[in-house]
Amino acid sequence: MTALPATTAKKLGLVIDLDTCVGCQACATSCKEWNTQGYSAPLTDQDPYGADPHGAWLNRVHGFEVGEGDKGRTVHFPRSCLHCETPDCVTVCPTGASYKRAEDGIVLVNPDTCIGCKLCSWACAYGAREYDYDDGVMKKCTLCVDRIYNETFAPEDRVPACVRACPTGARHFGDIGDPNSAVSQLVAERGGFDLLPEFGYKPVNKYLPPRQRRDEVPPPVRATEKEVATGAAVEKLFAWVDRVMSR
Amino acid sequence: MSRPHEPDLAPLLSVPSADEIKTTTCYMCACRCGIRVHLKDGKVRYIDGNRDHPVNKGVLCGKGSAGIMQHYAPSRLKAPLLRVGPRGSGEFKEISWEEALQTASTWLGDVRRKDPKKLAFFTGRDQSQSLTGWWAMQFGTPNYAAHGGFCSVNMAAAGLYTFGGSFWEFGETDWDHTRYFMLFGVAEDHASNPLKIALGKLKKRGVKVVSVNPVRTGYNAIADEWIGIKPGTDGLFAAALVHELLRTQKIDLDYLARYTNAPWLVIRDAGAEDDGLIARDADGKPLCFDTKTGKVTNAIATDLVPALSGTYKLADKREAVPAFQLVAERFLSDEYSPERAEKESGVAASTIRRIARELAHAAFEQQITLDVPWTDMLGRRHEKMIGRPVGMHAMRGISAHANGFHTCRILHVLQIVLGSIDCPGGFRYKAPYPKQTPPFLKMRGKPGDVQPMKPLPGPQLGFPTGPEDLLVDAEGRPQRIDKAFSWDAPLAAHGMMHMVIANAARGDPYPIDVLFMYMANMGWNSSMNLGATLAHLTEKDETTGEYKIPKVIYSDAYASETVAYADLVLPDTTYLERWDCISLLDRPISEPDAPADAIRHPVVKPDRDVRPFQDVLLDIGVRLGLPGMTTETGKAKFPGGYPDYIVNHERRPGIGPLAGFRGANGGEFGKGAVNPRQLEHYIANGSFHVHHLPPHMRYFRHANRDYTEWSVDKGFRLAPTPIYFQLYSETMQKMRLAARGHGAVQPPEQHRKRIEAYFDPLPFWYPPFEGEMTEGDFPLHAITQRPMAMYHSWGSQNSWLRQIHGSNRLYMNRARAAQFGIADDDWVWITSAIGRVKAQVKLMEGVNADTVWTWNAIGKRAGAWGLDTDAPEATRGFLLNHLITELLPEQRGGYRFSNSDPVTGQAAWYDLKVRVEKAAAEEAGETSPRFEPIIDVGVGRRSEAAE
Repeated sequence: MTALPATTAKKLGLVIDLDTCVGCQACATSCKEWNTQGYSAPLTDQDPYGADPHGAWLNRVHGFEVGEGDKGRTVHFPRSCLHCETPDCVTVCPTGASYKRAEDGIVLVNPDTCIGCKLCSWACAYGAREYDYDDGVMKKCTLCVDRIYNETFAPEDRVPACVRACPTGARHFGDIGDPNSAVSQLVAERGGFDLLPEFGYKPVNKYLPPRQRRDEVPPPVRATEKEVATGAAVEKLFAWVDRVMSR
Repeated sequence: MSRPHEPDLAPLLSVPSADEIKTTTCYMCACRCGIRVHLKDGKVRYIDGNRDHPVNKGVLCGKGSAGIMQHYAPSRLKAPLLRVGPRGSGEFKEISWEEALQTASTWLGDVRRKDPKKLAFFTGRDQSQSLTGWWAMQFGTPNYAAHGGFCSVNMAAAGLYTFGGSFWEFGETDWDHTRYFMLFGVAEDHASNPLKIALGKLKKRGVKVVSVNPVRTGYNAIADEWIGIKPGTDGLFAAALVHELLRTQKIDLDYLARYTNAPWLVIRDAGAEDDGLIARDADGKPLCFDTKTGKVTNAIATDLVPALSGTYKLADKREAVPAFQLVAERFLSDEYSPERAEKESGVAASTIRRIARELAHAAFEQQITLDVPWTDMLGRRHEKMIGRPVGMHAMRGISAHANGFHTCRILHVLQIVLGSIDCPGGFRYKAPYPKQTPPFLKMRGKPGDVQPMKPLPGPQLGFPTGPEDLLVDAEGRPQRIDKAFSWDAPLAAHGMMHMVIANAARGDPYPIDVLFMYMANMGWNSSMNLGATLAHLTEKDETTGEYKIPKVIYSDAYASETVAYADLVLPDTTYLERWDCISLLDRPISEPDAPADAIRHPVVKPDRDVRPFQDVLLDIGVRLGLPGMTTETGKAKFPGGYPDYIVNHERRPGIGPLAGFRGANGGEFGKGAVNPRQLEHYIANGSFHVHHLPPHMRYFRHANRDYTEWSVDKGFRLAPTPIYFQLYSETMQKMRLAARGHGAVQPPEQHRKRIEAYFDPLPFWYPPFEGEMTEGDFPLHAITQRPMAMYHSWGSQNSWLRQIHGSNRLYMNRARAAQFGIADDDWVWITSAIGRVKAQVKLMEGVNADTVWTWNAIGKRAGAWGLDTDAPEATRGFLLNHLITELLPEQRGGYRFSNSDPVTGQAAWYDLKVRVEKAAAEEAGETSPRFEPIIDVGVGRRSEAAE
């Protein structure tokens, strides 16, 4: 069993905007691409060109519908580790391989001490852990720990690969523990919410709900010209045209 | 519990991503985003977006981020191949490049000596069309095109004939200013990153996004309002919006009077040879009626108050009416009322009226004013730029119908009456557009143009403006193998790739000797009626025993289904291994504010015996002695291959494939001397060049004097003439007059009614032709969409992307499926007039009730693309192509028109109608039809490649 830090100096995490996510999979493939040769290397694929290709992905995008008919909505929902404040996936770990960092709150797996028992993936309510069958260890989102502190990178590139790639700007990275951070303000402004808060894991990552749809009806068209013509629509139009053009 | 021993991560946190980062251009779809390729130990480690690049500004989509797996895919061809077994068997032997090039040159040389038109050269997702088209011109064949006839020629032609620009890569909405955005029928990747970036911006600014699409996925999922329209009826919906704007007098009259042919007088003289043409003065200038002077006068003048309605007497006493009157009469008629549109499209009349009010509100109550003075083409100075902030975008869902040309014209009429083209907040051109309506480019290939050993006197593709331009003989017969620019499809500006194999095999209009294809998977997902297509590729002439298409040369980097049907295979490199130029002479990547072009350069070396196709094409050209690429002594004019051509080739003096860094020191843009170090400049600049326009040249470029003069100087335009939007198309009327028996070039009898009907000078809506096929009971429309993580058929060879989309379902409306007794996950037969396909159903809410759909190009032939024969793409994937006829039913006289738009020849593959019936229990589990597997063609043992 593994203990959690009492507090963390920062709460680094992602804010994901369900209003703008179009489900393009950029966050999923850029994550896989970075991490298969990064901290989590390798993220292997089984039967990659065969009948049942499947591999380890630290971020997956799901699409589903909510509601019926025209009133319904299609939602794209990217899913990855939420870096919870009190996650069971850490506390169940028998070897201490799964741990939450005191300095920034990132939940990581130490591949040297992970024995691949999969207890953590059973404990995670969000299904965010991925067992790597070739590597024999558990993999998970690291918030691209090898990017965000990478001093060889330009400062603007020190963000997780998914945030760097996202074409619609639906993904934001920062310190959610700091109320003045851009991500905290975004959460406040847009009513960001926790995924399944009833489980009590206190996820750090937040989701922004779809905005209210803009289908307000503009005021009815005011007749700016006094209608002098009568008759069919064509005559009315031409009479109006003549008045406007001759002004 | 104990606190874990946290490992010291410090050594892992600042590892450089690469030994070296090289910038180049993505090719995972058609957007051509800027990428940074991170290289470690000589291999590709990571690819991300280039923040400085005008197209993607740093972001990169799901495809682009999986490019590494495309580059290392085991489906990559290894070496040149010569067929040794029967065609289609996949039996090949590897040969040397020398033997391959010699063989190709011998075959092609024979054709060129005898009759160059016996070569049909068609390219697919080709991004080097300015080279491939030029090569074909030097060869002398009229039979060249890329895949636009399948994809989007209706968009391109309708736009270019109406306002000198078009949707897709020819322009885009003014994302920073627009107040209302409508998205019509967009397949989810056109465009990819630019549209995604834009949608993010619009959502942030609170701009209303309305999507008009039978399916609510992707971009449509995040729209504020989804209008689940019935396929093929968008034209009626848009026309009803025009109807409402006219009825409520919410149109921009100044804009119409200044920038369009609305005031131009149309001759009314029934039966005359010029009935319906524009009345012109002795200099050919269009006439209008000036209400100030009460005279008929040259319309291209200032200080006029032109009449937009009324009947006027011309000098010869004949009557004429302003074009606007005809536009108004057409769209205000009951044919285009919201009620009529509701009946056909399923969109409530009240919704149509509301959308019209919202459009009017955005355009006229939320006007954008920029304090930027500018001068128009007639010399009038304007102190401000006034914008109607309504943006629109449309793509294949509009294009791939037999009524797509007119439908797209209606969309442009809608934009134009709102005054929202190239104004702040509206739809904006990207250089080299705008061009004349249509562009001054005439295709060649009439009788006499094609001569042995001679180049074609001009390009194969262009824009006819009357019957005299058509590529037909004295009897009106087609001159091109695909019948483009004949009476079958007079405005076929992108050719008709989809008809090449069927026509060639049937010898209609004539047989060919060599079919040469580049990256065009015409033996699978790029053909309609696939069973017949594969039969055509293997049919033999009974008397000679020779294949009806005697020789097939194919170039591709990957083992597509078509490889097995080639006689000679020329393996291409990947996009990371070669030079390319994304040229303004070709398909532009410009931004509205900034003309741009780009290059690819080899960031890694090929690890196998493959060559860039463009180098191969130039090499074959030299072997054939083609002009332009061969010196007088028969040597290569570009001994350095394609990069040498990119730098040193000039179309006109000072104008070459790349517009940036021209001139001796690289300081000139657009026009300038050859710069021997041009490619080095590009690479140093991130592999692109962008030229920012000054503010006064950023809008109203159809009528902006400074921009026009600049664009002539840079070679984008030929002459500094104003561009008038053609609400009323004189070109269309000229074709129609020919059908009425006027002029020297007239359609043969069997074509007359069709030309008369569809060459209406004003856009109109008519039902797609699939109705002609549906004698049986086919109640459902069937369409396809491209998933955002896939591009054409390419994604399935990519081990990451195929984990996202490895098979495809038939998506059906839940309530409608229940009426047919179909439940979720059922296996069904999808039946059309020509065949049936078996697939598994997935029910959903967000789809028009009369529509079924599936993801495009996931279904694969077993064994192709380097996949195992039991891959889900083959066992549970399927194509609708089997169900789509390539020919319409016989007309009287036995003639069969292609299943295409009658104006442009655009393949009408979204017109498909089907019925869906539950399959028997024992039939569940696998899709049908299945073809014999293609085993390891061209890629050797997969395991070996994977190592």
